[in-house]
Amino acid sequence: MVGLEGYLILAAALFCIGLFGAFAKKNVISVLMSVELMLNAAIINLVAFNRFLAPAKVTGHIFAIFIFVVAAAGIAVGLAIVINIYRSRATTNVEDFNILKW
Amino acid sequence: MISPYVFWPIAVLIVVFAIGVVHFKNIVHSALMLILTFVGVAVVFILLEAEFLAFVQILVYAGAISILIVFAVMLTRRIDMNESNPFNKLRWISLIFCLGFFGLIVRIVLTSRISYEKLAVQDTMGAIADGLFGNYMIPFEVAAILLLIAIAGAIILTKGVKD
Repeated sequence: MVGLEGYLILAAALFCIGLFGAFAKKNVISVLMSVELMLNAAIINLVAFNRFLAPAKVTGHIFAIFIFVVAAAGIAVGLAIVINIYRSRATTNVEDFNILKW
Repeated sequence: MISPYVFWPIAVLIVVFAIGVVHFKNIVHSALMLILTFVGVAVVFILLEAEFLAFVQILVYAGAISILIVFAVMLTRRIDMNESNPFNKLRWISLIFCLGFFGLIVRIVLTSRISYEKLAVQDTMGAIADGLFGNYMIPFEVAAILLLIAIAGAIILTKGVKD
């Protein structure tokens, strides 16, 4: 039986890979994909803590469902913004997104 | 219990797929690796006896969000697909930072003593339904409103408003 530590380390590895992708990639869609990896790591943490510490109450599961909702809303609006910027700028490089900079 | 013989190969596969997401130069390959990562996380949910979340993970992440990402890749396509996903100049600094952060988290996890006993799990799906229509009713409705606003905002952002 794998203990809580195994799941926490898996979630930490997934989170750090997502963090690295969000820092080091040029394409904005790739940055959004890395953000999704980090949200998945957070959900693994919630479900693992719920399973090992208080399996009778499903608070972690319900919070995980809310994270699903927020992630879906975030990716929909984020990709809409990306497509909108691509129409006016014809680029998906985050270093070219300097519209708000002056 | 068969769980360690399933968990550790799945964990290694998830980490390999996630590294593939950030490593591949072609963004379509990254999207494929992202779908495989989501399916692996669904298997982890089944190992944690959260079957409903595994279903939702497959439906929402591996189904809907992956389709959204692939469509966004197709709508923002450049000429050369093989160089569509490069690293920027922060690559090595952020690699060192993320490895240090990972080491810190692993050290904290391994040195902290979290005491728990093996507890039995019963009927998570019914308990989730009770929670969503009982204690967590108002956040549930707010989440519905948030989804509606996100859909309307995405349509307006991509299509534009004619006035």
